[in-house]
Amino acid sequence: MPAIVSLRDVVKTYTRGKQKVEVLHHLSLEIPQGDFVALMGPSGSGKTTLLNLIGGLDRPTQGEVTVAGERLDRLGSGQLAKWRARHVGFVFQFYNLMPMLSAERNVELPLLLTHLNKAQRRQNVAAALAVVGLSDRAKHKPAELSGGQAQRVAIARALVADPTLLVCDEPTGDLDRATADDILHLLQALNRTHGKTIVMVTHDQKAADFASHVLHLDKGQLVEGQTAAA
Amino acid sequence: MLRQILAVSSMSLRSIPQRLGTSLVIVVGIGGVVAVLVALLSMSKGFEYTLKGTGSDARALLLSAGVTAELSSYIGPDSVPLLRELPGVRRGADGKPLASAEIVVITELRRHGGDVNVALRGVEPAGIAMRPEVRIVEGRLFRPGLQEVIAGRSARQQFSGLQLGARLQFRGSQWTVVGIFDSGGDAHESELWTDADTARSAFGRPGASGVLAELAPPDPATALQTLKNAVTADPRFQVDVQTERHYFTAQSQGFTEQITLLTAVVTAIMAFGAVFGALNTMYSAVSARQSEIATLRAIGFSGLPVMVSVLAESIALALAGGAAGGALAYLLFDGMSVSTLGQNFTQVAFSFAVTPGLLLRGMAWALAIGLIGGFFPALRAVRLPVADALRAG
Ligand SMILES: Nc1ncnc2c1ncn2[C@@H]1O[C@H](COP(=O)(O)OP(=O)(O)OP(=O)(O)O)[C@@H](O)[C@H]1O
Ligand SMILES: [Mg+2]
Repeated sequence: MPAIVSLRDVVKTYTRGKQKVEVLHHLSLEIPQGDFVALMGPSGSGKTTLLNLIGGLDRPTQGEVTVAGERLDRLGSGQLAKWRARHVGFVFQFYNLMPMLSAERNVELPLLLTHLNKAQRRQNVAAALAVVGLSDRAKHKPAELSGGQAQRVAIARALVADPTLLVCDEPTGDLDRATADDILHLLQALNRTHGKTIVMVTHDQKAADFASHVLHLDKGQLVEGQTAAA
Repeated sequence: MLRQILAVSSMSLRSIPQRLGTSLVIVVGIGGVVAVLVALLSMSKGFEYTLKGTGSDARALLLSAGVTAELSSYIGPDSVPLLRELPGVRRGADGKPLASAEIVVITELRRHGGDVNVALRGVEPAGIAMRPEVRIVEGRLFRPGLQEVIAGRSARQQFSGLQLGARLQFRGSQWTVVGIFDSGGDAHESELWTDADTARSAFGRPGASGVLAELAPPDPATALQTLKNAVTADPRFQVDVQTERHYFTAQSQGFTEQITLLTAVVTAIMAFGAVFGALNTMYSAVSARQSEIATLRAIGFSGLPVMVSVLAESIALALAGGAAGGALAYLLFDGMSVSTLGQNFTQVAFSFAVTPGLLLRGMAWALAIGLIGGFFPALRAVRLPVADALRAG
């Protein structure tokens, strides 16, 4: 499989006031298409920073980031936004649903950036909600959903525009064990049966066990030699 | 793009109820500005209407040269009979000129708040005949030779002690109110009228403040020119000629200009405050929605819909405030009668007039405040890097 994500010699430095903090140190990484990668590491090691670079939410201070054939380090923020709309689905720890919108309206959001008409959008929304098993909650507002259901809606939203890549930052961080396992089974199924490439940050070894590969990040560098059994 | 804008804006508008407290700051702040603005302007509008509605283009007013007000004008007893006979002045069925040499003096009336100055006008019989708009609505007309007055309807309403039969004390003499007149809501309704000769002898003024003359038909404009030419041609006269309407329009100008200036200053100060209130509200709205906005941008929504949504929210709140302020001004002030110190230190009664134009002007201010108050927060909303905003949310 060709690499869908490729980072070469990536440095990320944050400037806080006059102080510069290098968070990622000359990091290189390849993720093949169709992989399910778990990214682990201690708090503050730079996991979210790395994930943001892969998802095109941020640009590296130095180095090359190529995702889905595009050199993200060369794109402006407007171009990045367009690229994200086409290629990435995001899943966050706290779901990040729009509280005013029903589940189906939330799921529809990414489709508003496409050329699909209303009927096509409705059809895709229904399909995405069916994949996550929430067809019967389409009209519910986020406040009327459990944490696990809300995260399913978020996953449906991440999927609905058929992105190249799913990027998940601690998707089960706010859920109990059983609910977390349900979500992880769902992600695994998306990877296995729908062939979605998934990059998932997690603190939880049990969650990482669902992935095909595990990358360990420590103090801004990848630690080699640890691969989970697929 | 339109789809994005509509989706994001409707989301932000629908979430206003969740931020009701801070949102009300905009509504109330802008409502206050608009209410004050509209109220002040409706006052000058009402005053303007009253004075501009006074007088006619078919009557000429002759005043001593260079003066701007009847009260400061004086035409000597020698000139008055000559002026009546000038060409351009219409003549009645009896062949006599339709001209009224009138005397206007300030009189003091007691009102609960304190003394007020009211104009007392001595009118010749022709002055009544020439003004068909004047109708006696209560009592009767004054009789020549007796110290009787009729009071304008506005004066009767505004100032106490002008009821029929009331006795008034001016400069040592006693006068009785024998009638109330209506002259269509114009400035004369704030006056007291009596017989010209009675006034002349009572106040020891043999001449006139001004001569009001009906212009000869068929074309009053031509007659006015004829009259002007005749006055300029004769070196005995130091007199200015203008239409009666022109005179009263000019009278309203000074006051209207003062109110306009006052309005501009007060509104600017209040608007300044309202802009800060709006900025504050919208900054807090943006930070309350920070995570929402960041999520939308992560999904791929561009900056424009986000900016528009913040602006839409502040404009919606501003217009709500503007409408509330306009409605308040209308309910409280429209048609309210007041009297104020006019140009010549006499009281002129008039009503506030809240016109659609003024309400529109109020809405325009509301819109401007909303735009400014929303613009900078909107800019912040899109400038904040998505990754940082997601972290902070
Ligand atoms: N915008 C920023 N400005 C300055 N420093 C930042 C910024 N964002 C992150 N950092 C710093 O970069 C380092 C890595 O942060 P990051 O969020 O990537 O860690 P993480 O591995 O995701 O941690 P966690 O497991 O707690 O989520 C931290 O020390 C953090 O304080
Ligand atoms: Mg993190």
